[in-house]
Amino acid sequence: MGLMDGKVALIFGVANKNSIAWGITRRLHEEGATIGLSYAGEIMEKRVFPLAQEIGCDFVEPCDVTSDEQLDTVFAKAKERFGKIDTLVHCVAFANREDLGGRFVDISREGFKMALDISAYSLVAMAKRAAPLMLEGGSIMSLTYYAAEKVMPKYHVMAVAKAALETITRYLANDLGPQGIRVNAISAGPIKTLAAAGVPGFRLMLKYSEKAAPLRRLVSQEEVGDTALYLASDLSRSVTGEVIHVDAGFNILGLTATEDELGGLVE
Amino acid sequence: MASTEERVRNIVVDLLGVEADRVVPNARFREDLEADSLDLVELIMAFEEEFGGEISDEDAQKITSVGEAITYISERMGGGS
Repeated sequence: MGLMDGKVALIFGVANKNSIAWGITRRLHEEGATIGLSYAGEIMEKRVFPLAQEIGCDFVEPCDVTSDEQLDTVFAKAKERFGKIDTLVHCVAFANREDLGGRFVDISREGFKMALDISAYSLVAMAKRAAPLMLEGGSIMSLTYYAAEKVMPKYHVMAVAKAALETITRYLANDLGPQGIRVNAISAGPIKTLAAAGVPGFRLMLKYSEKAAPLRRLVSQEEVGDTALYLASDLSRSVTGEVIHVDAGFNILGLTATEDELGGLVE
Repeated sequence: MASTEERVRNIVVDLLGVEADRVVPNARFREDLEADSLDLVELIMAFEEEFGGEISDEDAQKITSVGEAITYISERMGGGS
């Protein structure tokens, strides 16, 4: 008897075994969910298929989320295969490397558009297509990061995208609430993923978070998976429009380190 | 315990899914072992995990072959243990 028995989860953004999306996938699968996966394109294919196999998932579809046609196709296939969707998980983000780091004011118009399109608008586009398939209500969730709320070094265009994603979460929650669809976001502390390897200064963020967070440790993809399970399941049936921090408490901090501790943190 | 060279070669074989006899010191990841750009990032992450320690982005750029990885890890990561 699992919390996700009889439920179908469509998950975008598994890249490899370190992906947060994979942590979420495994947890939902363990609790009985039927899983559909969608990945970003050819370079991900050889990474995602073996993982899908591990959990006996044979719905594995490529999707460029900037393409309305490709999104239409994936959701049409999901409808055909499953007849419904209960949970939609959005773990998709992308920015040009030059728009992460350097000076914030130097973000290009094109880079801005692309990062916001792939990382934020895509949630709207997916929700629009998922909602008609959520026959018995549903749960939509995405991944955000604290940099959307407060300034973090070098996160730049992705911080803007995540801020948009959090606002989209609230507006979608309001829009889709009457249909019994809940929309929430998980703001996870830094986790060493393939995507994170593209964020300059990520190691420093890891080290700092580990030392400064109230729980004095990092968070794992399994822990994010547990919160995703809560959001996907009926346990959170009255929770919508929320951004839930799974960050060992980091977000409550102003500056709590002592001068000595700070000395050790600054390289 | 396996030598640094064996451990590096095992990681490369696992991650790139190539036959072990192709993973020789002068094999270049991209040109000879058909690694894509994400494979290179995954390799560096796997080396860090296996040997404990960090490889900066700058250093990672310079690790382009099996031999270069073995040398770097032996010299800079103490072979890890």
